[in-house]
Amino acid sequence: MTGVPLPDTTPPDVTTHAMAILPEDLPTADSFFRPHRIVLILIAAVLVFCIAWFMRWDWIPQYLPKLGHGIIVTLAMLFSTAILGFVLAVPLGLVQVTGPWPLKALAKTFCTIIRGTPLLLQLWLLYYGLGSLFPQFPAIRQSFLWPYLRESWPYGVAALTISFAAYEGEVMRGAFAGVPAGELEAARAYGMSRWTMFRRIWLPRAIHRALPTLNGETVLQLKATPLVATITVIDVYAVISKVRQDTYITYEPLLLLALIYMCLTGILVMAFRYLENRIPTRGA
Amino acid sequence: MADPASLINWSLLALEPPGWGGVLLKGLMNSIVIAIGGYTFGLVLGIGGAVGKLYGGPITRDLMECYTTIVRAVPELVLILLLYYAGTDLLNHLLGLFGFSEVDISGLAAGIFVIGIVQGAYSTEVLRGAIKAVPAGQIEAARAYGMSPTKVMTRITLPAMLPYAIPGLSNLWLIATKDTALLAVVGFSELTLVTRQAAGATKAYLLFFCAAGALYLALTLVSDFVIKIIERRARRGFVEQS
Repeated sequence: MTGVPLPDTTPPDVTTHAMAILPEDLPTADSFFRPHRIVLILIAAVLVFCIAWFMRWDWIPQYLPKLGHGIIVTLAMLFSTAILGFVLAVPLGLVQVTGPWPLKALAKTFCTIIRGTPLLLQLWLLYYGLGSLFPQFPAIRQSFLWPYLRESWPYGVAALTISFAAYEGEVMRGAFAGVPAGELEAARAYGMSRWTMFRRIWLPRAIHRALPTLNGETVLQLKATPLVATITVIDVYAVISKVRQDTYITYEPLLLLALIYMCLTGILVMAFRYLENRIPTRGA
Repeated sequence: MADPASLINWSLLALEPPGWGGVLLKGLMNSIVIAIGGYTFGLVLGIGGAVGKLYGGPITRDLMECYTTIVRAVPELVLILLLYYAGTDLLNHLLGLFGFSEVDISGLAAGIFVIGIVQGAYSTEVLRGAIKAVPAGQIEAARAYGMSPTKVMTRITLPAMLPYAIPGLSNLWLIATKDTALLAVVGFSELTLVTRQAAGATKAYLLFFCAAGALYLALTLVSDFVIKIIERRARRGFVEQS
């Protein structure tokens, strides 16, 4: 298969690529050694030196352990919600392609509502809305879940998961629909049951088709995680906000935060490049 | 307390002052104004960025690449905070340098600026892809007719790339409307923040957040409808590919 991209999968792809860095955007090592780039890098180095020398960074050692903890929380949020969201996205995409119409309509409505409202609003709806509703029911107060429901992170995980699932559901719908019918017919001709066909042919092929967009969406998910700080989850963004409140320093913590996120994104994208290169593709 | 009737008190959504409906609608108006302003500003930056990336010299290209890379790698929330404080500070410094007194920059202008910078990077990428999709022969033909580079741009490249850019640009519009919610974090009273204030004042959290969600959803659905019309118009004369 040469994998001609169908028009169905392109539109979200374009926007995802515009908003998130993908492995193909990473520079190669030798691209830095051009005369004008060496000059630009020198200018940038002077700028970084000035920032490091003239601005206040004496607060860093004191907050280093907290920053480390915050980064771990951010990464935990990213990976848990991306995995959970993907698990939800597969059925969401699948029923939109083959499901009976009530399920199809339900999945479509879910995706439309989630994609049509801001994540911050969903987060606050879950945290403040459900959070204020739950204590009114004695059954919930007495259940084993109550200690968790009093924390803020379950709401953050829920909101991020739902949002990721809705965006991914659209991507997976396109990917499922884009798997050539001939491959599925061939699988059926081999006598595979529906489940075997799904597990061996349809899902792997769909994931393969959607992989670039999935990678981009995961980078976008990383960019969405700082929102959980607004509901008192202590991620790296919240730690930096605390620094700013404690020390009255405006810019330095934010610059460090931007640097941290750039490094995290860079590492994530490099990991995706490594993974993408490991997946064998037949040359066209 | 668990009585459902006490959870839904529709009179809270009344337009007149005891109800908060008017406040919500005003917040929605603010959101729409910022989205339109930021999107337009972003589009201007995006055209400049895309042209710079495709036709600029090596240094321009690299600077544009840095701009889009940074915006695409750093969360919008962080960028908004940085630009909000840095932008207003920088402007006041400049004004001080030229001997003007400090001005209090309106949240509206700052919000449009911030959303615009973020959108600019996104639309740079979308437009660059679209311009590259214009058949090279059309641009060469325009050049052969002796058109100046600006004229080629305004008469051929930009109109011809539009059908390719519209799906991406319409997605960016939807993203702009949703990104305005992030300005709640810097305290600008757009829809999400006023919703939270209304909910906090009345303790009817679910009602107000659902109402705001419905308003955002309505905005998205109306936008979708208009986008469909624009798309159909832009793609007329295109051979349907299947």
